[in-house]
Amino acid sequence: MSDRHAFDPTATALTGATVASVGASAAFRFAVHVMPKPGILDPQGRAVEQSLPHLGVGNVHAVRVGRRVELTVDAGSEAEARATVERLAHDLLANPLIETYAIETIGAVAAGGRREGGGDGRGKAGDGGRDEGGT
Amino acid sequence: MSVRVGVVVFPGSNCDADTLHALGLAGAEPVALWHESADLGGVAAVILPGGFAYGDYLRAGALARFSPVMRAVSAFAADGGLVLGICNGFQVLAEAGLVPGALLRNRSLRFVCRQVAILPERLDSPFTCAVGERRPLRMPVAHGEGCYYADETTLDALERNGRVLFRYVDADGRPALDPDDPANPNGSLRAIAGVSNAAGNVAGLMPHPERASEALLGSDDGMAIIRSLVESAAGR
Repeated sequence: MSDRHAFDPTATALTGATVASVGASAAFRFAVHVMPKPGILDPQGRAVEQSLPHLGVGNVHAVRVGRRVELTVDAGSEAEARATVERLAHDLLANPLIETYAIETIGAVAAGGRREGGGDGRGKAGDGGRDEGGT
Repeated sequence: MSVRVGVVVFPGSNCDADTLHALGLAGAEPVALWHESADLGGVAAVILPGGFAYGDYLRAGALARFSPVMRAVSAFAADGGLVLGICNGFQVLAEAGLVPGALLRNRSLRFVCRQVAILPERLDSPFTCAVGERRPLRMPVAHGEGCYYADETTLDALERNGRVLFRYVDADGRPALDPDDPANPNGSLRAIAGVSNAAGNVAGLMPHPERASEALLGSDDGMAIIRSLVESAAGR
């Protein structure tokens, strides 16, 4: 379709607030883990689990399939960046009615969004960096 | 003068033309509403059509909910305006919190595209008032994420307050309450195919009434729902 437009989240502030200003002094990378809430049917997890006998695996159960979203936030401090991620996770990345989320701090990244020191794409997952979120 | 009814066009909507056509058959003046515009053009009712708004990325309806038109639709709904979300439109309304619950991946994990029967629970709503008698309506479903979910407390409250508008029913007209009943195409809890908000002016419906708008299409039962909306909008 010729009228297809890419969604530009910066063009539409989430809750009608003004778009956060850029030009912050640092950048921080996070991972948001989104999982189906306990008790919510997860047909993907069930399908994976049911395929395991074909692999000769009989001792694995309670498979749940979720989603991991990585993002970099320009902000003056890690706390400020984290607050942005918290809002995004709650309002957009997860649906708190059916999903929980946990935020993992990967670490500070160099300007331009490149991770300091490169590495394996995991960075330093800060201890205590995961909080249970959602309701 | 015929009543103006808007149909939102998101990038990825694919039932907008069918819905505009069905509205014309019901005697309304159909108006296409572009998703980037926050102006509803003075319409008397709004339909969010089926499709894959914003590609269904993240979750179906999750990104569409933040479009400029949805801010206008939310304000319109808060003022008592009639809003009907069909299929993907239902998913958008649920993500926006305009109707309760969520639409999960179909229990079968398959995209389901076939004729189903739904029974209106009440005939006095703006979305069912032209149905006439309480009878099963035949129309297609076409979705991958249509399994209606809400917690038990919410489901009880919805039933108590008459906010379940439609249920999937079997050949005998009995609600397909077992989620694995083949008459329940997606595993919806309590066979729910359509619900309304507390005020009763916003409704979500998973099957496609606009795809059952003429006998040539195999059924014109959907017109009872479209006509209900148009008559209700004209009466406001």
